[in-house]
Amino acid sequence: MAMATEDILTFEEALEKYDPVLGFEVHVELNTQTKMFSSAPNAFGDTPNTNVTPVDLGLPGVLPVVNRVAVESSIKIGLALGCKIAEKCYFARKNYFYPDTPKNFQTSQFEDPIAYDGSIDIELADGTVFTVEIERAHMEEDAGKLTHMGGSTGRIQGAEFSLVDYNRAGVPLVEIVTKPIVGAGARAPELAKAYVAAIREIVKNLGVSDAKMERGNVRCDANVSLKPKGQEKFGTRTETKNVNSLRAVEHAVRYEIQRHAAVLDSGIAIIQETRHWHEDTRSTTSGRPKSDADDYRYFPEPDLVPIVTTEEWIERLRSELPEPPAERRKRLQQDWGYSDAEFRDVVNAGVMSSIEDTIAAGVKPAVARKWWMGEISRRAKVADVEPSELGVTPELIVELNSLIESGKINDKLSREVLDGVLAGEGTPTEVVEARGLAVVSDDGPLLEAIDAALAAQPDVADKIRGGKVQAVGAIVGGVMKATRGQADAGRVRELILQRLGVEG
Amino acid sequence: MAEINREDVAHLARLAHIDMSAEELDRMTGELAVIVDSIKRVSEVAGDDIPTTSHPIPLSNVYREDVIGETLTNEEALSGAPDNADGRFKVPAILDGE
Repeated sequence: MAMATEDILTFEEALEKYDPVLGFEVHVELNTQTKMFSSAPNAFGDTPNTNVTPVDLGLPGVLPVVNRVAVESSIKIGLALGCKIAEKCYFARKNYFYPDTPKNFQTSQFEDPIAYDGSIDIELADGTVFTVEIERAHMEEDAGKLTHMGGSTGRIQGAEFSLVDYNRAGVPLVEIVTKPIVGAGARAPELAKAYVAAIREIVKNLGVSDAKMERGNVRCDANVSLKPKGQEKFGTRTETKNVNSLRAVEHAVRYEIQRHAAVLDSGIAIIQETRHWHEDTRSTTSGRPKSDADDYRYFPEPDLVPIVTTEEWIERLRSELPEPPAERRKRLQQDWGYSDAEFRDVVNAGVMSSIEDTIAAGVKPAVARKWWMGEISRRAKVADVEPSELGVTPELIVELNSLIESGKINDKLSREVLDGVLAGEGTPTEVVEARGLAVVSDDGPLLEAIDAALAAQPDVADKIRGGKVQAVGAIVGGVMKATRGQADAGRVRELILQRLGVEG
Repeated sequence: MAEINREDVAHLARLAHIDMSAEELDRMTGELAVIVDSIKRVSEVAGDDIPTTSHPIPLSNVYREDVIGETLTNEEALSGAPDNADGRFKVPAILDGE
C-alpha cells in the first residue's frame, strides 16, 4: 500500500479558523544507580541483557522492592513543578501484552500519583510568559528496547522478528502530564518546544536525570486537537508519540495543527489515534487507533506496599532543591546588569553558566559577555560544538584579559592568542612569546612606521595639519598594517598627532 | 444477580490472549459470576468507617537503598528464552504500539 501524502492547510490558514489545544506527556528517566524495583544497574549502552535481575525479567516468584532514591527524586520533580505531594499513594499494574515488558504489565501509578496539581511558567524567546498547568507526575518503570529485524527500513512494518534487550526494563521513570493548554494560538508550536525544554532544564537542574533527549532520557508525547474559533468544547485529539528532540516537538505540533485543520475543513471527523513522527519528511503518519486493547485493567500492585509521605520528609527534600532555573536567570541578569535582549542572547547561546564561572573568576560582566558571545561563540560555530565544549576555562579568559589590560596585547592580537591556546600551544603568555605577538610599545619603531605612513599619504597629512583630525584614521591604518597589528592603535594616534603638531 | 456476562468474559479472554471455546466461555461466565458475587459480599459487611484498602497488611514505605547488586549474566538471562539472537530475546514481530 502506497502511503498517501495527507493534505494540510498552511499554518496561517489553520490558525485563522481554529484554536489549537495542546497536552503533553513527558517521560523523564531518572539517573539513579539502580532500577525502580531491582538492584540492577541503571546504565546506558551496556551489553544487552546484562543489567538484569530475575525481577526485571519477570521470572516467577520474584519480589520487587522500591528504590528509595527514585521516590525522593520523583517527589523533588513534583515540588519543582509546584505540585502537591500525595500523603499516600500506590503502585498499580497496567496490564498489556507486548514483548517490551516481560511481566505482561508495567508497574505504574493510576488513581493516585505521587504528585499532582502543579504549574510552571514557560518563557518564550521574546519574553512572553505562558503558565502551563500540571495535572500529575507519577512514577513508573521503563520498558525494554525492541529492535525490529528483517524489514527494509528497520521499522515494525515488514519486520520478520524482533530482538529484545531488557537492560532498560525497570529503569525509573516519572511521567509528567499537563492539563489541556488553551490560548497559545499561533505560538503553540513554540510553546510546545519551550515547555519540553523547561522540563528538561528543571530535571537536569535538580540532578535527578541526565536529561539527554538524544539518549531518550526525556521523551515527549504531544497531544493536539483543534476547536473552531469561539467554540468551547475541545475537538478530538491525536497523540504523536516519541517526539524526541526539541525541534521535532515544535515541528510535530505545527504539522498536526495544519493536518487537523485540513481534515476538519473537508468535513471529516478526526480519529482519536496515535501518530508517528517522521523527522525526514517532517510529517506524521497514522499509528494505531484507540481500541479495546487500551483496556489496561489497572489494579493495585499487590507486591508493593503503599508509599506514605510525611511533612518532615517532604520538607527535607524541599530544602534540598536547588534554585529554580527561572529564578536563577532573573538573579544573574540583575547581578550582571545585562539588558533583556543581551541576557536572552546569552541564554539562547547556552553560555550563561560559562559567563557565571568567568565572572566568578574575576572578569567584569561586560567583558565576560564579550568573550563568550563573540570570539568563543564564533569558534564554537565553526567547530560545530557548544561554546562550553571548546575547552575555554575562566582562568584562560582572566589571563587573556589581564594581558590586554596591561597593554601587552590588544584586542586583535588576543584573538590570535586564543587560537594558539586552543591549538594547544600553551598558556596565553606562552603563546604571546612563542608567536611573537606582543604589542610594539617602544615608540622608536612606531615613529619610523608613522613617518613612512605620512610620507606615503602626504595629502592626508596635510588635511590633518589643516585641522581635519578625523582623517588620522587612514594614517593609523597604515601604521597598523606596517606593524602587522602589533601596535597599540591609541598610542599610534597620539604619536601621529604629536608628530604633526595637532591637538587630539 | 451476577454482573459478569458472556461478553465480558470474551472481552477479558481477548485481552489476556487466551483462546476460549464457546463451552469454556459459558462455563467461565458462570464461575466468574460466582466469584464476583462472593467478593461483593465483602462490601456489604464493610461499613462506611472502613477505608478503602489496597493491601491486607497495614504496612507502608518499604524501600531498598539505591545500591547496585548482583545481576544475571547474558547467558543466564537468555537461558529460559525459546529463541535468542545477538545476545537478545528473539520474538515474533508483533504489530502494536511502539
